[in-house]
This record gives sequence, structure tokens and C-alpha cells, in this order.
Amino acid sequence: MRNPLSQKIVEIQPSGIRKFFDIVSEMKDAISLGVGEPDFDTPWHIREEGIYSLERGRTFYTSNSGLKELREEICNYLNRRYNLKYEPITETIVTIGGSEAIDIALRAMVDPGDEILIPQPSYVSYYPCVALAGGVPVVIELQEKNEFKLTKEELLGAITEKTKILIMPFPNNPTGAVMDYEDLAQIVDVIIEKDLIVISDEIYSELNYKGEHVSIASFPGMKERTIVINGFSKSYAMTGWRLGYAAGPEIIIEQMTKIHQFAIMCAPTTSQYAAVEALRNGDADVEMMRNAYDGRRRFLVKAFRNMKLNCFEPFGAFYVFPNIKNLGMTSDEFATKLLQEEKVAVVPGTAFGDCGEGFLRVSYAYSIENLKVATERIARFVEKYREK
Amino acid sequence: MREKILEAIDKNSKLTPSDLAGMLDTTEEQIIEEIKTMEEEAIICGYPTLINWDKTNTEKVTALIEIKVTPQRGLGFDKIAERIYRFDEVEAVYLMSGGFDLTVIIEGKSMREVANFVSSKLAPMDSVLSTATHFVLKKYKVHGMPLVHESKDERMLITP
Repeated sequence: MRNPLSQKIVEIQPSGIRKFFDIVSEMKDAISLGVGEPDFDTPWHIREEGIYSLERGRTFYTSNSGLKELREEICNYLNRRYNLKYEPITETIVTIGGSEAIDIALRAMVDPGDEILIPQPSYVSYYPCVALAGGVPVVIELQEKNEFKLTKEELLGAITEKTKILIMPFPNNPTGAVMDYEDLAQIVDVIIEKDLIVISDEIYSELNYKGEHVSIASFPGMKERTIVINGFSKSYAMTGWRLGYAAGPEIIIEQMTKIHQFAIMCAPTTSQYAAVEALRNGDADVEMMRNAYDGRRRFLVKAFRNMKLNCFEPFGAFYVFPNIKNLGMTSDEFATKLLQEEKVAVVPGTAFGDCGEGFLRVSYAYSIENLKVATERIARFVEKYREK
Repeated sequence: MREKILEAIDKNSKLTPSDLAGMLDTTEEQIIEEIKTMEEEAIICGYPTLINWDKTNTEKVTALIEIKVTPQRGLGFDKIAERIYRFDEVEAVYLMSGGFDLTVIIEGKSMREVANFVSSKLAPMDSVLSTATHFVLKKYKVHGMPLVHESKDERMLITP
């Protein structure tokens, strides 16, 4: 029989997280600090709105780009929070989570051979999505000494004549790094001068513990070359609803909508109605969750520093990214042994790119009681291996 | 700082000063000091435990009693409220707007005990005009905490 598989797909590596997930699943009663989603349930008033939409029988397709009401609320929100002005009908599209938005944004813009810059460590799907779209992924390795921000020099060093798109993954999963106004101002000139397009994944925009999130699209000259991606998963604890969106220039959104129309049809209707409620009445929930995460973040950074591990202070998302290089183990070894010996699951930094070697992603989307027990165990483990 | 401490311990008084210091980015000493001051100022009035007695062998009955009273000149409702809340059986007393004046929550061992308390202690008081007793059948949520069994963490152990 002929080989049924596509060469392009076979060459793509499965997510490094997958392998670790399989080991953890075998483990009974392990404490996990390994998830990339909120521990809060979706606020009740949002769930209730979803239920109500089902009761009302709103069980049909919406328009391909999403409910008009929802897109209007998205534009209100982007304007209110980040000073971004978009047209609901022509410049936004509602997607199946931020993930779909990343995928279709790339597919709408990438031609074979185009180079796409991906700062790493970063979310696992950028690299394979670029490859699937036929582009050439070019990794920029972010440095701990720069607090995992993208610098002007790093950006300049990676640009060639074939470079077309820069992916901006901030606030960052897995490092927790944020780029504030000054940090972004450093690279905006380069982006404009080199005529790059930016895909700005701002899914963690509400989880910024230092100040207000700044969108790169809000800089003069950037809106026309930026696709802003955001969604409901992290800010409103709505991961399972699978709802995100993209906002950007009409000519790009139009082509993205074409792919979405044929591949997806439309995002789930129930989720869209719930999301309208989230944007209209969810600010207090976001703030409550942000405050809770912030307390845990401080707790965790302090705990790692007390273990005498280098741990730069992350100001975004819900991860800390401690450095374990002075323990003489790879990230993979550390995570595997920690799981076997202390039954605590963390994700090796290498799952987010080779330059994540020597780091761990530790999530604080857990109760403080959980974090207490887990950090006590990690401290015991670190102490044991430091002596060796 | 005070508000932040209170918000943190409102739902969980078991947090230690060292936990709070970690969460609020300050020192243990400062947390201990703040809490002590707030105890002295009666901002923090106690640290009770939320118990679902229904799951134990101890019999408990809770009743909510609506009381109409005559306020006293110069003292308003405070004096009568105090006379009521001093009884050990009384769990809570609130002054209300609307159709009656005081809500009194009574906890007793049995319905008979509660009934006795109402008829022999509350109703005969001079300023009490009338009482209406409502027995609690089941408690679902107390102090912002659901008493029914909450589902455990259903998230997958590792996700990207």
C-alpha cells in the first residue's frame, strides 16, 4: 500500500508537553503545577448566560465572523482597555480560541519560503503552525538576562530579506515576561523600517501585575501591520468554551475569514453569547482573579528564591520560570526526577523551545494550599541535589 | 495593606503570617503587627470555623426569627438588640429595613429547644411586639462557601 501520510505533517514534532503528560498520567496522587489554564471556574453569570442562550434555543450557526453583538463588544473592549480602534464588521473575527486565530493569521499571510520570526521560549503552536503554513520558522532565543524580553539587537540579528512576520508572544507563556511601553518602543522602529507584519498574541493581556498591558498595535504606524490576537480563556477562565478573536487590517481579516469560513464555519454559538456577557459585565471577575494570581505569584517567586534558585520576577500570565542550571541536571531530568521522587509535576522549559533548557515552567493557577505543599516538596528535592 | 490582608484571610483564616508575607510582598513581622492591631481595634473579631454539622452526629437546628419591636427613646433599637444578642443561643442579630425590625438567628440542639427559647425568652420581652419563627431545612452556602461537595480539580495534569 502507498504511504498515506503527508511528508510535511510527519516531519512536525509532536508537542514536548505530550510526552511529559503521558508520564504524569501514570502517576497516582501527583500534585501538578503543570497546567496552562486558570483554576477558577468560569464566573457564574457568564455560564448562566450560556445556559440561557441554550434555553432560548439559540443553537444555530452565527455569521462566519461571529455574532455582530460580540464583535461590537470586542471593539468596545479593545478601545476601553488598550486604546485600539477597530471596525466590528470589517476588522474583527471570532475564532475557536486564540489558537485558531494564530493558525489562520499565518495561513492568510505566509507564502512558501517566507521567514517568520518566533521568539522562544514561547507557546508550543507557533512553530508547527508556521511550518504547516509553508513558512520557514526562525527562532529568536530570548535571554534570561533581558528578563526574556525581545531586544532591538536580537530582532535586527534575525531579520533577513525573506523575513515577513514577527510573532510577539507577550505576556509570555512560559516565562511570564511582559513587554511594557518602553520595551516595545525599542523595537517598533525596526519593525516599521524593515516592513514586518506582527502577529501579537495578547491572550494573557489581562494578567499583567506591573501596570496596564500595552498593545504593540497602539503605536503610531503599527495598527496597519499588526494582527492582535486575544480571547476569553485566560482573562475570564473560559478555556473549555474555545473562544478567541483577531482584530486587524481589513485586507488580512478578509482573507482569514475565508479560511475560517471553509475550515470552521463559525465559533460555537453558546460560547459567543456567554462571551458577550463576559465583556459587558466581567471586569470585576477579571480583577478578582488577577489579585488572586498576584498573591500566588509573589508567594512562588519568594519560595524559589528561598531555595537559592535564580528566579527573575515575572510580571505576566500565571507562570514562574526558575533557573535550575546550578543543579547539574537538564530540565527534563529535573522534571522527571521531581515527579518520581516528590510527586510534583512541572513542565521542563524545553517544551517551549531549545533555549528553555535549564528552566522549568511552574504554573500558579492553583490554590495557595496546593502551592505550599508543592514548594515544600520542591525545596526538599533541590536541597538533596544541591549537596551532590 | 490592611485591606489586602483582610481580603486574603476573609475566606481562609488558616493562612499563616509567613504565607501572607509571601503573597503580599512584605515581612512576617509586619503581618503579625497589622493583624494584632486589627484584633485590638475589633476589625478582626474572631476566627470561627465553617462546619457542616449535617455531616456529623451532632444535632443542630437553626431558626431565623423575624421580630417586631418598639424602639426605646434615646436608645433606638440598640438596647433591645443587645438584650437579645447576649443570649448564648443567639448566633446573629441584624437590624432590618422593611416589614419587621430585627432578624435573629438562633442555633439550638432541637426544635423544642428553639421553640422554648422563643416563647420563654424572646416573645415575653417588653419591647417585643411579635415574632415569626422560620426553621432552616438545609444550608447550601454559608459565608460565601458552598457546603455541598465541590467537584475536585478536573483539569488535565499538564496542558500547554
